[in-house]
Amino acid sequence: MVAMQNVSLGVHHVVHMPQPDDFAFWREHARTLIQCDVPPDRVSWVEPGGTGDLFAHGGNAHGEKRLPVPDKDAPPVRVSKRFMRLAKNAILHSDTSRFAQLYLLLWKLQSNPRMMEDKADPDVRKVEEWDKSVRRDSHKMHAFVRFREVESDEGKHYVAWFEPDHHIVRANAGFFKRRFANMKWSILTPRGCIHWDGEVMRESGPAQRSDAPSDDPTEDLWKSYYASTFNPARLKVGAMMSEMPKKYWKNMPEAELIPDLIASAQAREAGMVSAGEREERLRPQNLAEVSDAISACRDCPIAECGPRAVMGEGAIGSPLMIIGEQPGDQEDLSGKPFVGPAGQLLDECLEAAKIDRSAAYVTNAVKHFKYVLRGKRRIHQSPTAKETDTCRWWLEAERAIVQPRIILALGASAARGLLGKTVSISQARGAPIPLEDGSELWVTAHPAYLLRLEGEARKEQGALFAHDLSAVRARMSALTMQSSYHSQIA
Amino acid sequence: MSQQTLRQKLEILADAAKYDASCASSGTSKKNSLGGKGIGSTEGMGICHAYAPDGRCISLLKVLLTNHCIFDCHYCINRKSSNVRRARFTPQEVADLTINFYKRNYIEGLFLSSGIIKSSNHTMELLVEAARILREEYDFRGYIHLKTIPEADPGLIHQAGLYADRVSINVELPTTSGLSRLAPDKDAVQIEGALAKTKSRIIEAKDERKRFKHAPRFAPAGQSTQMIVGADDASDADIVGKASNLYGNFGLRRVYYSAFSPIPDASAVLPLKRPPLMREHRLYQSDWLMRFYGYAPGEVAQATDTHGNLPLDIDPKLAWALKFRGQFPVDVNRAAKEQLLRVPGLGTTAVGRILAARRHRTLRLDDVAKLTQSIAKVRPFLVALDWRPSTLTDRADLRALLAPKQEQLELF
Ligand code: SF4
Repeated sequence: MVAMQNVSLGVHHVVHMPQPDDFAFWREHARTLIQCDVPPDRVSWVEPGGTGDLFAHGGNAHGEKRLPVPDKDAPPVRVSKRFMRLAKNAILHSDTSRFAQLYLLLWKLQSNPRMMEDKADPDVRKVEEWDKSVRRDSHKMHAFVRFREVESDEGKHYVAWFEPDHHIVRANAGFFKRRFANMKWSILTPRGCIHWDGEVMRESGPAQRSDAPSDDPTEDLWKSYYASTFNPARLKVGAMMSEMPKKYWKNMPEAELIPDLIASAQAREAGMVSAGEREERLRPQNLAEVSDAISACRDCPIAECGPRAVMGEGAIGSPLMIIGEQPGDQEDLSGKPFVGPAGQLLDECLEAAKIDRSAAYVTNAVKHFKYVLRGKRRIHQSPTAKETDTCRWWLEAERAIVQPRIILALGASAARGLLGKTVSISQARGAPIPLEDGSELWVTAHPAYLLRLEGEARKEQGALFAHDLSAVRARMSALTMQSSYHSQIA
Repeated sequence: MSQQTLRQKLEILADAAKYDASCASSGTSKKNSLGGKGIGSTEGMGICHAYAPDGRCISLLKVLLTNHCIFDCHYCINRKSSNVRRARFTPQEVADLTINFYKRNYIEGLFLSSGIIKSSNHTMELLVEAARILREEYDFRGYIHLKTIPEADPGLIHQAGLYADRVSINVELPTTSGLSRLAPDKDAVQIEGALAKTKSRIIEAKDERKRFKHAPRFAPAGQSTQMIVGADDASDADIVGKASNLYGNFGLRRVYYSAFSPIPDASAVLPLKRPPLMREHRLYQSDWLMRFYGYAPGEVAQATDTHGNLPLDIDPKLAWALKFRGQFPVDVNRAAKEQLLRVPGLGTTAVGRILAARRHRTLRLDDVAKLTQSIAKVRPFLVALDWRPSTLTDRADLRALLAPKQEQLELF
């Protein structure tokens, strides 16, 4: 449009740019024109083979004048650093009006040297926006160029095909050179190509996609990585698209996975959630519900052993909760906790320590009996940490309902069922471990462990066990006294 | 067990590392491969070489050396008691994979972390070995981020810092009680001790470089840490307080937040629900307020509700402004930079532009509109030459007016 008006004015200068990104050339000519006081509407800038070249056919159209020569004493042209920086970059933009627009800005700057600081000025803004999109394009080139390895006579050569929006290829050669200094590489683009052989940078004309290699075996690994590092539970497609718009996808091997990854994400996430399926299921609110729920529970492999789950026994509000590992053969048959040999030993020891079992709530960390069949015999197997953790859900439910003030864990699995970690009995025993709800946990050995010992060891461990029980007993009395004391005051 | 292929191992060990949020490759010293034997450069800004559909930047090859672990942290997919498939790379395999990816311009470098195998020292030795092969044998000059293990020998951690651009130690959870409940094998005191030690090493190395040009660099991109959000019941105020302590005490470059994701084979003590992404986002925003906008941690806490949590429907800056309406409107033509930075909707760039532009003209609302993203959002808090928001800041429904419409997660 500018050019049209100029034609009608009759005095006109045309500058033919030799390259679309030749800042030095533009700068030299712009300087001359300013020095000769040629206003912006008397110049047109023509890109090589580009559009906007009103005079392309017919050579010098009427009215076109050769570049003037400035007076020897013409004052030097001055610009701010900021203009230089912006102009150098903005000139790479693909907008064909960029040379003229920059010249306009340069012209205005001569009378208003601080104009660049005025961010609200539309001419400044336009150049700033070009600068921004060129910077973005360069940044995406650094990021999204994908080399493919080609074996040649002179060793390995890495070749990429990239489609930039602007004339940025030459300007970014340095980045790739500094990064891949000792590699032979080429970047092919429809706007021209660059080639580095480890010593010299070469340029060549526009290329086509088919000039570049079509694959590289390492891409499979890269795609696997891309798929595996994606977290399906946090789908944020919008964020991805704004940083990696679709136009780039066709030249990025990993992008072909995107539609499938997105499509399967919701199913995968749902799978993860339902694999645990704890959230959907509300924690049971009373003991009957717990009892029903554990009978139906198939959350861990132990349930395969047999359908019966053994529920705890005792009253809500019992001050003491005693937790064993898991039901054994006899418990499984009777449906009651601690009725087998270990239970009998426990009863004796409790009695000796003057703890009334009927005033305690007795249960197990794991609700199903885990065993292997040997002939007709069912041989006890310890639950794994994972199984104990899974069953903890039910134990926590019982605990929340019964609300004991003291919990006595018999053995490592029982302790794990409460703490979520494995503690050593010898270190944990003898002192209370405070729990979050204000109750306290005492840890001791499992009576079944005592049953397996003989002689001295049995005696020694039996004494420790008895000692632990009486410590619990003492603690219970102390707590009862405390609370009756408090109720007296209140 | 049949031999796993490299690809199978990569799948397992990348999958296991994906819950770590830190991926940055920025802020390190400049280097390039000119005059060297190998490849690689770092030029200040990090580069995101791809984005995954979770919106996260893929900048580094982020993998574990192994996902075998002797620890049993509940929030972690690699905990001892989990049933996940296990795999293990050799340091050489990790180094080769990094170089092969780097040569194709897939990545900026390596972020290597690991489950604990055998002992902390043994594990740390393997991590350092992978970095050593990259730096010494391949003359690799790209980015390396090593996760260090707090219990490991100080000499090993020192070695890690000499090879790596950044080192990090995860504090994991914002509260000590959360840590002892969910990461029973970890120890908050030890973690913080290790952060402190790394901080003083970084400072020492900087001092030495001032005196001797060739003194070795130690983690030039500094150290960072990560906290998991939503696995325990810490409030946003707790988290922000913790983060600001961490920044203050240990000179951290970044505190990352990772919304707790339901993990396959989750431990029964954890919430199984969608990760609190919006909450994570709000925490990052509050992080920015503290780092770039001059808000004190206490002021961020002022923006929280009675439970100490930031509102999810509006950003923390707007939440603060709505609570302290007396501070607004501010005059775009006269207000100090600090005041302008408090205006919801004005970012640091926009404030910079306003400050520059107002030297040339007295700004009208139209001018401000050209310099900001959304004039509708900032208008209620600003006075310009031709604009004064009469009673808007007094309106009770201001929040409703400004809160963005609820957005659904987009389907594809
Ligand atoms: S042992 Fe516990 S978790 Fe496993 S199936 Fe039985 S009740 Fe469920």
